[in-house]
Amino acid sequence: MPVNFETVEVKTDILLLGGGMACCGAAVEAAYWAEKQGLKVTLVDKAAMDRSGAVAMGLSAINQYLGLAKGENTVEDYVHYVKNDLMGIARDDLVYNIARHVDSSVHLFEKWGLPIWTNDEGNYVRGGRWQIMLNGESYKVIVAEAAKNALGTDNIYERVYIVEPIMDGDRIAGAIGFSTREEKIYVFKAKTVLAGMGGCVGVFKPRSTGEGLGRSWYPPFSSGSSAYFTMAAGAEMTCQEVRFIPVRFKDAYGPVGAWFLLFKSKATNADGGEYMVERRPELENWGEYGKVKPIPANLRNYLGMLDVEEGLGPIYMQTADAIANLAADYKDDKKAFKKKMKALESEAWEDFLDMTVSQAILWAACNIAPEEKASEIAAAEPYFIGSHSGGSGAWVSGPEDCAPDEYKWGYENMTTVKGLFAAGDASGASSHKFSSGSHAEGRIAGKAMVKYCVENTEEPNIDAAKVEALKEKVLKPMKVFEENKDFTTDPDVNPEYIVPKQYMFRLQKIMDEYAGGCSAAFKTSKALLEKGYEYLTMLKEDSEKLAARDLHELMRCWENIHRTLQAEAHIQTVLFREETRFPGYYFRTDTPKIDEENWLTFVNCKFNPENGEWDVFKKDIVRLLD
Amino acid sequence: MPSYVIQEKCDGCKGQDKTACMYICPNDLMLLDRDKMKAYNRDVAMCWECYCCVKICPQQAIDVRGYADFVPMGASAVPLRSSDSIMWTVKFRNGSVKRFKFPIRTTEEGAAVPAGGYTADQDDLNSPVLFTEPESIGLDELPTLKK
Repeated sequence: MPVNFETVEVKTDILLLGGGMACCGAAVEAAYWAEKQGLKVTLVDKAAMDRSGAVAMGLSAINQYLGLAKGENTVEDYVHYVKNDLMGIARDDLVYNIARHVDSSVHLFEKWGLPIWTNDEGNYVRGGRWQIMLNGESYKVIVAEAAKNALGTDNIYERVYIVEPIMDGDRIAGAIGFSTREEKIYVFKAKTVLAGMGGCVGVFKPRSTGEGLGRSWYPPFSSGSSAYFTMAAGAEMTCQEVRFIPVRFKDAYGPVGAWFLLFKSKATNADGGEYMVERRPELENWGEYGKVKPIPANLRNYLGMLDVEEGLGPIYMQTADAIANLAADYKDDKKAFKKKMKALESEAWEDFLDMTVSQAILWAACNIAPEEKASEIAAAEPYFIGSHSGGSGAWVSGPEDCAPDEYKWGYENMTTVKGLFAAGDASGASSHKFSSGSHAEGRIAGKAMVKYCVENTEEPNIDAAKVEALKEKVLKPMKVFEENKDFTTDPDVNPEYIVPKQYMFRLQKIMDEYAGGCSAAFKTSKALLEKGYEYLTMLKEDSEKLAARDLHELMRCWENIHRTLQAEAHIQTVLFREETRFPGYYFRTDTPKIDEENWLTFVNCKFNPENGEWDVFKKDIVRLLD
Repeated sequence: MPSYVIQEKCDGCKGQDKTACMYICPNDLMLLDRDKMKAYNRDVAMCWECYCCVKICPQQAIDVRGYADFVPMGASAVPLRSSDSIMWTVKFRNGSVKRFKFPIRTTEEGAAVPAGGYTADQDDLNSPVLFTEPESIGLDELPTLKK
């Protein structure tokens, strides 16, 4: 047993777990309201806030900006768009709430110093109806700076990895974790806690399994902590079956949004056939969602996947045609043409250099000049990301002034656990919030948490014996290693334990082959899911034998335990939904059609942390708009 | 090996508690070998190639070599980040070079004030209006759903 671990106890009122966009939003908002009430706000990040979370590298666009002030869109427009893109499975109240606040966050980003492209009239340059373009290399640095200035560095704990919630009966009482730098256990005691620790990557086997394992589309350090934390606290979850599969430039996963939206590029198969045109009749099989514009992301995926299945690949983004078309307007003015081409080239490369440098390297390594040659695109592997085009996350209470009674049980963005809030990738059924909407949602939660503290002043009770048991649980992988390491000559191979990387590979293989990963062409069935669940159950048992030789591996062990619970929730809910509603995300071969009569409903679930049992059930969709 | 450290240039951040790359890596990958006083990436297959270590290194001692399992050899993308802009040099396998410069922020480092200069005088905890609103939305009032 590593006995040298010191315990650091931190008492606060409002505890923000995570340092990404959602928690940075919560920090600036909560700090304002907390100061008036004399409350303390504390933030915990597993990395350094300047470069933590999904925006760590930067972004070349903000995907949610309505432009309400200039009447570009209405909040209602956004609610319609999200509902349709998610095949009807979205909470109108939550989407509405985020959309009415999102411009406010974007305007703050600009004031803080984020360079947003503007045109000659001073308006933001649109990449698409909802998208604006950035010079976004320092997007996260800038947003974190405001959050840090709001909280003060004394209230920020970096390099502390949160493992488990601490409960006081049915209410949240804090969180336990450890430093990834020093032998210290952290026990945070709080009246209210925000889960804002991102989505989940690495549940499914990625396409690249050598060095390129780390080149996931969403960051490898988003490892399911939000899902685990909320589930382990006993919170009701939603849309755990609604994974997301991005179609991106093949292998390096560079963004395609600017190419499709800004450059009006087309995607074709090897013969030049446009699956979006040629396969249009297929859309009629997917109910009213096949008729909407824009075509839902998963249906666009699906049409491309049908081409791949028929062996019509590679699938190409026709970059050269797109650039030529854009330049056609200048055909009589060579000088203007040259200037335009230079600007387009710069924009195309910045798209990668701001947010996926690997794609720039891959293009350079393949001698690709986009104006000369098309580039391959492909469907990546599945991700759990409630902020983008998936929907997974905790089931949270809606806004007081908009939510129907069924969706309102307390404070905005509070989960079904008293005092536990969720935002960003951690909250579900409110897709398409992206970076800006996650920040706005964090702000909504931040204010609601202060209100919660003012109205619920009683301190939570923390049972000391329970904390001791949790400490042992947190450090167990180190104990397993210490007790068994001398049995073999190679620390990686030992019959008494499993190292975190091999455990992760085992999880990824199960999910890939049985739950519809990329090597199963995203197909699964009841029989496959049940078989996969059998293996997953054994994996879960073996998680007790995870071994860590240092703090870094201790974090890796826990990341994988977190991923495992996300995987379990996914299998449970994919099994439960007996239809295929998102054919471009996963296809249930035994129930291959959409079934509006029986399944136009949320699938929610609850994990019982006491006995490990699941309750999976339907929850009605209440539409607020026609 | 995604990010790698150039032996000759790395000075281990002169033996401080932690190196700049250790401080910034979002995936806790960079480590200082105290015997050699050189940093290294301890688990290259978990590297996202986010370039945070490359950009922050005071010695410009860190570079990225594309993932060996799918990237042909010979290319590189090297940033030079200042307080207000970043310059990228992209070298192709065939030897050609492209250079791009982009702004990264419009304000002084450290100058981000939470309210961003908007009026922040909200006082009603029960209202859905956030502390810089409605001014920061650009509307007279926060939209609400007409029931």
